[in-house]
Formats: sequence, structure tokens, C-alpha cells
Amino acid sequence: MSSSKSVDMQQMRDIDITKKKVRWGEWMIESSLALCATISVVTTAVIIFILAKESMGFFQVVVPADFFFGTSWVPLLEPSSYGVLPLLWGTLLITFGAALFAIPTGLASAIYLSEYASPRTRSIVKPVLEVLAGIPTVVYGYFALTFVTPLLRMLMPELQVFNALSGAIVVGIMILPTIATLSDNALRAVPDSLRQGAYALGATSYEVTTRVVVPAGLSGVMASFLLAISRAIGETMAVTLAAGATPNLSFTFLESIQTMTAYIVQVSMGDTPAGGIAYQTLFAVAAFLFVITLILNIVSQWILSKFREEYE
Amino acid sequence: MNSDLKLANDNIAARHRKARIFRMFCAGVTWMGAGLLAILLIQVTVDGIKWLDYQFLTSFPSRFPYKAGIKSALVGTLWLIVMIAMVSIPIGVATALYLEELSRKGRFAKLIEINISNLAGVPSIVYGIIGLAIFVRGLGLERSLLSGALTMSLLILPVIIIASREAIKTVPMSIRQAAYALGATRWQTAWAHVLPASFPGILTGVILALSRAIGETAPLIMIGALTYVAFLPEGPMDSFTALPIQIFNWVSRPQQEFHELAAGGIIVLLIVLLTMNATAIFIRQKTEKKLQ
Repeated sequence: MSSSKSVDMQQMRDIDITKKKVRWGEWMIESSLALCATISVVTTAVIIFILAKESMGFFQVVVPADFFFGTSWVPLLEPSSYGVLPLLWGTLLITFGAALFAIPTGLASAIYLSEYASPRTRSIVKPVLEVLAGIPTVVYGYFALTFVTPLLRMLMPELQVFNALSGAIVVGIMILPTIATLSDNALRAVPDSLRQGAYALGATSYEVTTRVVVPAGLSGVMASFLLAISRAIGETMAVTLAAGATPNLSFTFLESIQTMTAYIVQVSMGDTPAGGIAYQTLFAVAAFLFVITLILNIVSQWILSKFREEYE
Repeated sequence: MNSDLKLANDNIAARHRKARIFRMFCAGVTWMGAGLLAILLIQVTVDGIKWLDYQFLTSFPSRFPYKAGIKSALVGTLWLIVMIAMVSIPIGVATALYLEELSRKGRFAKLIEINISNLAGVPSIVYGIIGLAIFVRGLGLERSLLSGALTMSLLILPVIIIASREAIKTVPMSIRQAAYALGATRWQTAWAHVLPASFPGILTGVILALSRAIGETAPLIMIGALTYVAFLPEGPMDSFTALPIQIFNWVSRPQQEFHELAAGGIIVLLIVLLTMNATAIFIRQKTEKKLQ
């Protein structure tokens, strides 16, 4: 369908109706629209340029090996040290915890929506999930601090006020709708004939779902996981509020940690002079964050295009 | 023979039991998601409703909870919405129109397309840092509304472009063919026929993108939107605060009263967001009916 449309478009463009007369007014309009379109490319170029430039300045002071493999992050006090591992670890802890919660629940919700729910139920649940996805992250931070953490502390008195567990849970709640709605789209794209074939062979709904539908929609499902994980890594406000500001390399969800994003917020809340090393750490950390999320996004797009199952 | 049959029957019963349990599990998990939303909304309402009054809406922030309000934050957010809309809508829609209707589908269009989908995945805080480096420091716009609006526009531009392109794609080919058959040029067709036909879809996408911008906190913190502002901005170069910043400020204080004030601010923010979302959904449903 879409391919025949683009052929039509192509044919139409090849019939050059402006051949006889150059319409300068239209030429100018089209050029200015093209200029608008290049803004997005320029934005990318600027992001990469700025992050690279300021990170270069940072790496002239700090040896890259110390940054990537150092286990102590004390950038604002003397004696300073710039090992990014504690921040990376904090981010991974939050992301891991959030994924542990959101991937099974998100996929189960997607399965329910696409395989079991009546159209009526669907028309209620889907908008609810969309609302959940539209709630600002600072609200999730509030929710973590005033609801999730006190609740957890009743169950586990040894839990610190700022802790990775609470942050991971709210980030999990936050990325759940992403997984549920995107996976639901992927599962619904699996043609009914596959389901009917499996049912005709006597399979139960559980077997149809787990052995036919989910494998058939797997590329979309995997892509939704990666997108959600990339969102969790870039998530800022909720983890800043819930998980605290203590760079921490220990494997525990009960203590305060600091993620890469939370560090960036912490520094920018103080008045950091431009050009100083503290200012440059922002860009080094942001560049690292940018590269990680970019790789995840590219991989998820690659999975989508490479492993997409085409059904007639 | 008989025992084989019994075995098969048992097996079938077990398989169906498994399917039933699986179905219940999936349904339960889904309703848990809806339940979480309910808990969140109830928690916020219970905490914040008692602070919501005329005084709360018309007072400046204060270190005394009972005197504090969201006047400057609300006005700052309104300024931001208008300025972001003025910057991002024309650029976003122009880009979408260009990519869908005017450009030849060559390498350049492909490059822009890949680029936009990657930009959409960049964490918002990275946009904040870029805004800090370019608008606040580089162009010397200081910590002004303009810096904030430009940063946010960059952030939501990919969202607007993607949504507008989807809307333009739904315009039937026959409309374009009719215009071309009457001798219209590419631009005349795009401007007079494709754009009006896709307008509701574009509007829906734009509203949703703007509602995302309103709730974003991290980029505004990066560019240094002040958290204590006891005046109203009078022009684009004034410093400002915004609703999510004010909420963040109150949540990060230890006192219970400020947490409740934050809940009050969240209620106002969510009301603004839900109104915008409802408008978008309303427009979508209305146009869907028309197309049928």
C-alpha cells in the first residue's frame, strides 16, 4: 500500500509542471521549508559538536582511563577524582531494577490488551496507560518520596530515606506504558490467520500467545524494551528526588546512590562558572549518557528494520 | 488404551488450566497498572486539595507555607507554552510538509528522517545542557524565558515533526491527484489541499507535544530557571520560574507542608495537562467520525 503510494508520488514529481516557467515565489517558499528541515540536522550536529568540544577540554585535564575506569567520583571537593563508574553503576542499578519490574508487567499488559481484552476494556485501559505515560517525571519523583519510600520503609526499616529501590520502582512504573503500548502495537500487527492456524491445531490460548504470537511480534517487542530502557537511563527528575545524591558503587538497593542524570542536575543547581572543570564534567557525563542512549536507540531501530516479519 | 485416553484428558485439562491462569495473570497485571495511576492520583489529591484555593493561585512563592502560591510559576508556564508554540509549530510543520510533499525521496530526505528519529530519543537533560551552552552562555540570552522556550522547542521539535508527518500521510492520494489534474503546482497542492486536510491530525500531535513540554523539568533546571521568583515576567528576556520547577523545589524540601504544597501544584499541572490531552483526543475522535 505504502509502496504504491510512493511510486505514485514519484511519478507525479517526475512530471515537471514548472518546466516552462520558473515560479520564483514558490521556489523561495520551498527553499525556506527545506531550510526548516535542515534545522533538525543542524541540531544533531550542534549537540555532538558541543558535547565533544567540552569533553575534549575535560579530557585534557583528566586522563580518559581515570574517567572510564576510576571507582571514585568526587568532582566538587579537594582532593578531586573523576571516576565515572559509581555514576554509571547508579544508572545501571536504577535501569536494571526498573526493567525487572516493567518488562514482565509491560509485556503481560500488552498480551492482555491484544489477545484477551474486549474492545470495550481496551478502549478504557489504553487511554489510562497513555495518561500514565504523559504524567511529568517530577510527579513520579513526588510519588516516590511521599508514597513509595514511606511504604517500603514500613516493610524494611533499614531502608534509607533516599534509596535506589524506590527510584527503580517509580522509573519502572514510568516506562511500563511505553512497553505496554508499543508491544501491544507489535502483537496486534501479527495477522489473525497465524492465531487461527494454531487454535485449529488444538493449542490453548496460552500456547498460541507464547509460541506463536509473541515470537511473531518479537522484533517490535524487543524494540519496545530497548526504547524503554533508553528512557530509564535518561530519566532525571524521579531518580534525583528518590535516589539521592551519593555516588555509590555497592550492590544494594537500600542505600542512596547517584545516577549520571542526577549528578548533572546537582551541579547545575549550584552556580557553576563556565569553563571550569566542574562545568566540563557536566559535558563529559552528558556525552557519555548521549552515546549510551544513542546506541540503544540505533540498535532498537536496527532490530525493527532487520527482524521485522512481513505478513501479507 | 483407556489409560492413554485418561492421560490425554488430564493433559488437556492441565493445559487449559494453565491458559486460564495465564489469562488471569495478564489481566491482573494490567489492572494493577491502572490501579497505580489511581493510587497516584488519590495520593496527590488527598495531600494537595486543602491548599488549593484562590490565595494559592494568586500568591508568589514564600518560605512560609501558608503564604506560598504558584502565581509566578503559572504565569511562567503560560509564557513558555505560547513561546514554544510560536517557535516549534511553524518549524515542525514546515519540516513535515517538506519531507512528505516537496522533497525528492533521496539521500538527503533519508538522512533527515533517521536523524529525527534519533533526536526523539535523546534524553531531555542533554537538551538542557545544550541549551545552557548555546542559548544561555553562547548567545548570551541569560537565564531568560527565551532561552527556556528555545531549548524546549528543540526538545519537542522531533515529536511535532513525526506526528505531523503521520497526519500528512493519512491524506488520501486522490486529493493530491485531483489538485494536480487541475494544474496546481506542488506547493499549491501542499498548501491549499494537503495541509487543510491533515490539519486536525497535526493539531492533535502539536497539543500532545506541547503538553510534554509543559511537564518537562530537567531542561529548565539546566538552563537555570530560578526557583524563587517573586515577580511576573514582562517580556521574553525576563527570568522566570515554571510549574514543574516550583513543584520540584517544594518536593525537595524536607517539611511536610511543602510536600503538600507540591501536591497542590501537581494538581494544577495535571489539570492543565489533562485538559490539553482531552482536547487532543476530542479533536481526534471528531475527525475520525468525519472521515467515516
